[in-house]
Amino acid sequence: SLPKSLNKRESERKTADFFIFRSSLTMSGNKQEEDPRINGIKTKIRVVPDFPKKGIMFQDITTVLLDPKAFKDTIDLFVERYRDKNISVVAGIEARGFLFGPPIALAIGAKFVPLRKPKKLPGETIFEEYELEYGNDRLEMHVGAVEAGDRALVVDDLIATGGTLCAAINLLERVGAEVVECACVIELPELKGRQRLKGKPLCMLVEYR
Amino acid sequence: MQSIVSSYHLCLAHPPPPVLCQRLLCHRIPSIRLPSRRSTTSLGLFTCAAVSRESEMAAKEDGQDPRIPKIASSIRVIPDFPKPGIMFQDITTLLLDTEAFKDTIDIFVERYKGKGISVVAGVEARGFIFGPPIALAIGAKFVPMRKPKKLPGKVISEEYSLEYGTDKIEMHVGAVEPGERAIIIDDLIATGGTLAAAIRLLERVGVKIVECACVIELPELNGREKLGEAPLFILVTSDAA
Repeated sequence: SLPKSLNKRESERKTADFFIFRSSLTMSGNKQEEDPRINGIKTKIRVVPDFPKKGIMFQDITTVLLDPKAFKDTIDLFVERYRDKNISVVAGIEARGFLFGPPIALAIGAKFVPLRKPKKLPGETIFEEYELEYGNDRLEMHVGAVEAGDRALVVDDLIATGGTLCAAINLLERVGAEVVECACVIELPELKGRQRLKGKPLCMLVEYR
Repeated sequence: MQSIVSSYHLCLAHPPPPVLCQRLLCHRIPSIRLPSRRSTTSLGLFTCAAVSRESEMAAKEDGQDPRIPKIASSIRVIPDFPKPGIMFQDITTLLLDTEAFKDTIDIFVERYKGKGISVVAGVEARGFIFGPPIALAIGAKFVPMRKPKKLPGKVISEEYSLEYGTDKIEMHVGAVEPGERAIIIDDLIATGGTLAAAIRLLERVGVKIVECACVIELPELNGREKLGEAPLFILVTSDAA
């Protein structure tokens, strides 16, 4: 179940003082030099208070998409990281993962696989359940989209509790793919989503505390 | 057809041989109208480039871009989804074919690059898959058009009819500015209701719709008629049922 802090009014929150582009090798916490493009991306993210409900500071990435340079830099940072890693599948989580996943997939020559809410994908699907604050939801993937031995990247705009990403990892592993990394533009580190990724590394560009 | 011929003769530096002329008259790809502030020189260059590209295409089977058959064959048709009688056009199989996906984006990018388009609007959710790569390649901003209550902050919304009842799409206030030139992207046009709503949303804030672009059209459903003045560009047509 979700920690209660998700609902607390976060008047003390401020954008992170530092923006670390971590590699999987530095999971233990070594800081790397900040890529100069990151600040431009970070300043474009719009924080909308009390959305979808009171107490939540919503991280709106649509303002990044309105800035062609910031959007291009976001994609470039991920592409540079993954282009030589033999990634054969980029899985994007509906719907904001669809904004970042396909450009990355196209640039690195991987197939793009949408992971969707129930009943959107036609034909045969498999599903994975995950917890919400109240109740459960499901993530679905097409049977046959991903094959055993595929090397996969999971993409979403943001990692909060990690529930959705964990469901995505499960779906991919069930069909025999290897999840190489999860990639998100934004991390909310206090929600500890990183710990729910079944040991998979997380790459993010911007933290919000 | 008349307008294509007249602009063609006006601006060509090197008129093509008559046989290609004839083919182009039958060519169904509509040309894009450039903004009137463009100089005759650049218009001429554009038309020449379009002619040479189109003559290349016309030189192949029936004037069709040679990449299109592969794109068409990568689309999977699922019968009776979401309900009996509907032949669902599934583009997820196109996304699994790296060459077909790249070709799809390339065809749109070749068409829209360098035309002063500053906005690519994509309709949730499958428009989110095709829109951003096009926007990135042509240097335009991407504006998501979403179902109600998904976009945070101030939005404007437009209603449209469904078979039973109505739905809405929303766009952020301030995402686009009056005078901007936009294309609207979705995977498929059926009845045209969603695209028509998207057009109305953008026109309400003073944006000029240069074209609507979809991978697939279901022509029997006459979606084109709902788009008003906005032209429609599609890669593949299919039967609705």
